[in-house]
Amino acid sequence: MTNVKISNRHVDVYYGDNHAIKDVSIDILDKTVTAFIGPSGCGKSTFLRCLNRMNDTISSCRITGDILMDGEDIYAKSVDPVQLRARVGMVFQKPNPFPKSIYDNVAYGPKIHGLVDNKTDLDEVVELSLKRAAIWKEVKDRLNESGTSLSGGQQQRLCIARAIATAPEVLLMDEPASALDPIATAQIEELIDELRHQYSVVIVTHSMQQAARVSQKTAFFHMGDMVEYGDTTEIFTNPVDQRTQDYITGRFG
Amino acid sequence: MTFLTALSIVALAVLFYNFSRIRAISAANGVQANLHSRPSYHGLYSFLWVFLVGVTALIIGSILTPHPMVLFGVVAGLSAAVGIWTTRGITAETRARNKAERIVTGILWACAGVAVLTTIGIILSLVFETYNFFESLGWRVDKFLFGTRWSPLSGLQDGVMDPDRVGILPLMVGTLMITAIAMIIAAPIGLLAAIYLSEFASQRVRGWVKPMLEVLAGIPTVVYGFFAAITVAPLLRETGDLFGLKIASESALAAGIVIGIMIIPSISSLADDVINSVPQSLRDGSLALGATKAETIRQVVIPAALPGIFSAMLLGVSRAIGETMIVVMAAGQGANLTANPFEAVTTITVQIVMLITGDTDASTAAGPAFSLAFTLFCVTLVLNIVAMRVVRKYREAYD
Ligand SMILES: Nc1ncnc2c1ncn2[C@@H]1O[C@H](COP(=O)(O)OP(=O)(O)OP(=O)(O)O)[C@@H](O)[C@H]1O
Ligand SMILES: [Mg+2]
Repeated sequence: MTNVKISNRHVDVYYGDNHAIKDVSIDILDKTVTAFIGPSGCGKSTFLRCLNRMNDTISSCRITGDILMDGEDIYAKSVDPVQLRARVGMVFQKPNPFPKSIYDNVAYGPKIHGLVDNKTDLDEVVELSLKRAAIWKEVKDRLNESGTSLSGGQQQRLCIARAIATAPEVLLMDEPASALDPIATAQIEELIDELRHQYSVVIVTHSMQQAARVSQKTAFFHMGDMVEYGDTTEIFTNPVDQRTQDYITGRFG
Repeated sequence: MTFLTALSIVALAVLFYNFSRIRAISAANGVQANLHSRPSYHGLYSFLWVFLVGVTALIIGSILTPHPMVLFGVVAGLSAAVGIWTTRGITAETRARNKAERIVTGILWACAGVAVLTTIGIILSLVFETYNFFESLGWRVDKFLFGTRWSPLSGLQDGVMDPDRVGILPLMVGTLMITAIAMIIAAPIGLLAAIYLSEFASQRVRGWVKPMLEVLAGIPTVVYGFFAAITVAPLLRETGDLFGLKIASESALAAGIVIGIMIIPSISSLADDVINSVPQSLRDGSLALGATKAETIRQVVIPAALPGIFSAMLLGVSRAIGETMIVVMAAGQGANLTANPFEAVTTITVQIVMLITGDTDASTAAGPAFSLAFTLFCVTLVLNIVAMRVVRKYREAYD
């Protein structure tokens, strides 16, 4: 039996007057991969950013409703977003490596949180994270080069390595394979599957096949509404809503 | 009359612009796609020729000063002739765009050339005068650079200076000490103010403070100068008395502090721009890893902005080294070799002013003045080269 990791009730998000998320209620399960699918601009990224309070950094953004993680309201006054984000990691839609060395990019989180206390352990964490993000082979001889000197797809994997190096309980991935070739994509999907045994993973993707391959649960968003949420196999074989059916069969985008 | 002539050049240029344009359109039988260059390029080509020839003729004519009517006639006639020449034989294939662009490139090149030539001219005159001066010293450059006594005009014998009295060490030390004091004040305050403005201040505060900083940066330094002499220096002296310290009424400290205050706005305004241009996505990336705001600023934002911050600091240093007014008023004019910031010192720029504005014959004073200027130029040049190196190194590592 899997438990609810993050419970969302009647969540509304506004950017100024723009009502970007409309009354969304959804339970994200522990030890499960949940896929968010839906047309561009429907609010997938926006909703994802609610789960680690990254929307706090946008001054025009307003959120109402309840989001509980392990039963605790993450928007409560007593909750420090800094501590929350250490538990809920995120990979952004656009790769954003720091202008530091590849090594320092990955070591950044573990250093800040004091996860390791000596250089050898840190080296190990960095190596393991880069290996799991399927980029170790490409960068192992150039760990001192700048992270920004990598290609787009390499940067994307570096950011994944950076996110998993802090060992979060929940990992939010916003289109983590959008710039990857089929081989790297397969490796990232393998990583996601492996992470599922310990963590809860939420992935935004525009690839139906990817959603079908890696996720157990799928939520379909459309113009700020969460139209349908259920087992991935159900959503893809037996959608209830006409809009879901149209989207997964490619009748609108 | 000159005005009328100038006006006629512009009028002719506009006239031929339209004329060429229309000819180009008719050459294409009204179908623009047939043309190699769009009609406006044909127009531009004629315009540039008429304008350039007209202006050149006007300038040459003004130097020769013929009768105004003659000048008018020649200039207008030449312009018109050139205009007719450019409109002749316009066909659909005429490469007017390439020709016009070549002329524009030439104009831009000439403007850049003026800037470069002026600089080269100034440097050459510095080198030349310095050479002459050193020659008159019998090439005792060592005495010039390392001598500890500066009073070039007091030991004059038949206009020849005594090498023992032209040591610039006191001026060098004074300049560096004042610059150091200024930067000790301006660098941290400027940087912290910039961090506050770009990372913590609300939009409203920023909208207020930023223009104010820019206004502050534009206050003439004379104003700061008498602020230094009338307010800061006496205040320092009295404070010193309180603690039993002897602070002269004119001191390196007073000048340094005020110069520091003067350059804070420029440093913070520039550094703020630089920090602001660090992409938000980098901050987001750091925050999403559970970093605090302080960690994000210290470990991600500042390193990313470092080359720019460094340039901002360097601008501050250049301004401090070159500052004259404040030093004259607050630090004194006597060349005094000391490492004590409580005493009066003088700087290179101040001594240049003293030499040039003094009673001594300008041709005698020019030698040491130019040599000082050349030394100052070398110092700032080295500083800039070092800075460029550092910035480039950081770029390589961090971009
Ligand atoms: N920072 C912001 N400020 C204002 N409005 C925003 C901001 N970010 C997103 N929006 C708006 O919110 C809505 C949802 O955007 P969001 O980025 O969540 O879409 P998405 O589903 O992730 O799209 P995509 O698949 O293209 O990434 C859009 O209408 C967008 O204009
Ligand atoms: Mg998105």
